[in-house]
Amino acid sequence: MALLTMEGVTQRFGGLTAVDALDFTIEAGSIVAMIGPNGAGKSTAFNLITGIYTPSAGRIAFAGTDITGWATSRIAALGIARTFQNIRLFGFMSAIDNVLTGEHARLHANLVDSLLHTPRQRAEEGAARERALAMLAFVGLEDAVESYARNLAYGVQRRLEIGRALASEPKLLLLDEPAAGMNPSEKRDLVALIRKIRDRGITVFLIEHDMALVMEISERITVLDHGEKIAEGDPAQVRSDPKVIEAYLGSPA
Amino acid sequence: MRLIAPLTARLPPALRTPRAGTALAFAAALALPFIGRNGAFTNFLADAGAFVLLALGLNIVVGFAGLLDLGYAAFFAIGSYSYAMLASPQFGIHLPFWVLLFVASAIAAIFGILLGAPTLRLRGDYLAIVTLGFGEIVPQTFLNLSQWTGGPNGIGSLDQPVLFGYRFGFNPLPYYLMVLGLIALAAWLANNLRTSRLGRAWMAIREDELAAAHMGINTTSTKLAAFAMGASFSGLAGCALASKLQLVSPDQFMFNVSVFVLAMLVLGGMGNIPGVIVGSLILSALERFILPQTTNFMHNVGLNVDLTNSRFLIYGVILVTMMLFRPEGLIPSRQRNAELHAGQADRRAAAAEGELLTEVIH
Repeated sequence: MALLTMEGVTQRFGGLTAVDALDFTIEAGSIVAMIGPNGAGKSTAFNLITGIYTPSAGRIAFAGTDITGWATSRIAALGIARTFQNIRLFGFMSAIDNVLTGEHARLHANLVDSLLHTPRQRAEEGAARERALAMLAFVGLEDAVESYARNLAYGVQRRLEIGRALASEPKLLLLDEPAAGMNPSEKRDLVALIRKIRDRGITVFLIEHDMALVMEISERITVLDHGEKIAEGDPAQVRSDPKVIEAYLGSPA
Repeated sequence: MRLIAPLTARLPPALRTPRAGTALAFAAALALPFIGRNGAFTNFLADAGAFVLLALGLNIVVGFAGLLDLGYAAFFAIGSYSYAMLASPQFGIHLPFWVLLFVASAIAAIFGILLGAPTLRLRGDYLAIVTLGFGEIVPQTFLNLSQWTGGPNGIGSLDQPVLFGYRFGFNPLPYYLMVLGLIALAAWLANNLRTSRLGRAWMAIREDELAAAHMGINTTSTKLAAFAMGASFSGLAGCALASKLQLVSPDQFMFNVSVFVLAMLVLGGMGNIPGVIVGSLILSALERFILPQTTNFMHNVGLNVDLTNSRFLIYGVILVTMMLFRPEGLIPSRQRNAELHAGQADRRAAAAEGELLTEVIH
């Protein structure tokens, strides 16, 4: 079953076409990757899915709902969570508060509940904290519960950002270069973590430059160059595709 | 809190909790006017209390949600004038004070939303400029609508609060006790907000608005809620001070009031409730006692300097000094983090002990 469908999605910035008539489908329960040289339009594709940009043309559907032009917060509440290429944690908030903020769309406390800490609010907040602690343990941050996000080591921040995204109980998780800046051992942990996430029934869609990681983990890979899809398939197919080799190595002179 | 930590470390653990600290501070505040037994001092406490309420309200907008509001005095004006128009001979309306506390807060909150709505797309400097404009427009409006507001003379002979048949009169003591009660209420509400879903959403917006939207936070309504809550606190302050002075006039709500309250936040520690209260008291004391007394002293020793005239220069120097040496304020909100880290070290030690135990058992 297709969880996410993009049909003819185009994004123009003035004279530049960052994403050009992109057709793309993600099957529920899979791990898929999007690769391509710098400036190929990968992050723009993410920003289109999460509603930062409204596409110039085309439509995006998620779990059977047309989300084209929706506000980011609405799309997030519907079940798409993401991490960012340059980590965007809430720096002056504790790790657990970051994760609790991730649960925002799943909590129901209104203004009066928040003001008066009603019994309903207390019960909800208690359960939310339990879930947040479990989530921190899941991403390996059980020792940094109350640390400010900005004080955590880089690799730990990456994992916290994934935990914060997972806290919203998404159906689809977008990871924007999750392995960037990680050492080999952190990358191995990341691969294991992504598999664990998929085993929870969450579909994972990642942008990544580390080819070894992408080839190891992805079931399907889409290759973008100059905003256009130039190849698609499983790792073996993509690796041997002449267009892909040309995009990465340049055409022979 | 780092300043106080060596002192509190000697206290028994039961007295080191925030709850005990709050109770102790409240008891001290309650006792102050009876120890002082000085009308002028109690009068000062009552006035300073109204500014503590303002600082707590502005702290929600600036400290929690990170929206720089340079026109906060406008809401103070709206709260005060709401009371003045509904509890004075001006229109012959005399609603009870306790009802008007809620009414004035609600009116101020509505104006908070009205101001917030068109400014939500603005951030940082641009938002500050628009709120600055609003802060200028409101007192000017009260000045010019003289058929309703009494123009430059304002509205006088406001009703005094009555509680169970006891009229507050001209003695500052009942006003102080009332303001103290309102501060306790406001601080409790603000603290509840801070540790709630809404408070987290505000702080997330303050830290990174785009990331906050990706958490499913509706940034528009969340920012409006901050403006409304902040404004409603100034409605309480407006009622309290107007009923005590029994007079409102436009000159009480000029730009310098907005800056004064913002300076309280910067001095005390933005986002931290005890910090904001302390910062507010220090600046009020500076304004009422320290500068005039120092001026007197200097006159007595033959120096002809009037510090009260250059008080804004002095506030400026204080703010710049704070920014240079202690930008987080006197009592920063990081205090909590430090406390919790200490707790974590304890837990780690306990965990290590636990491991040893299991080794022994096996």
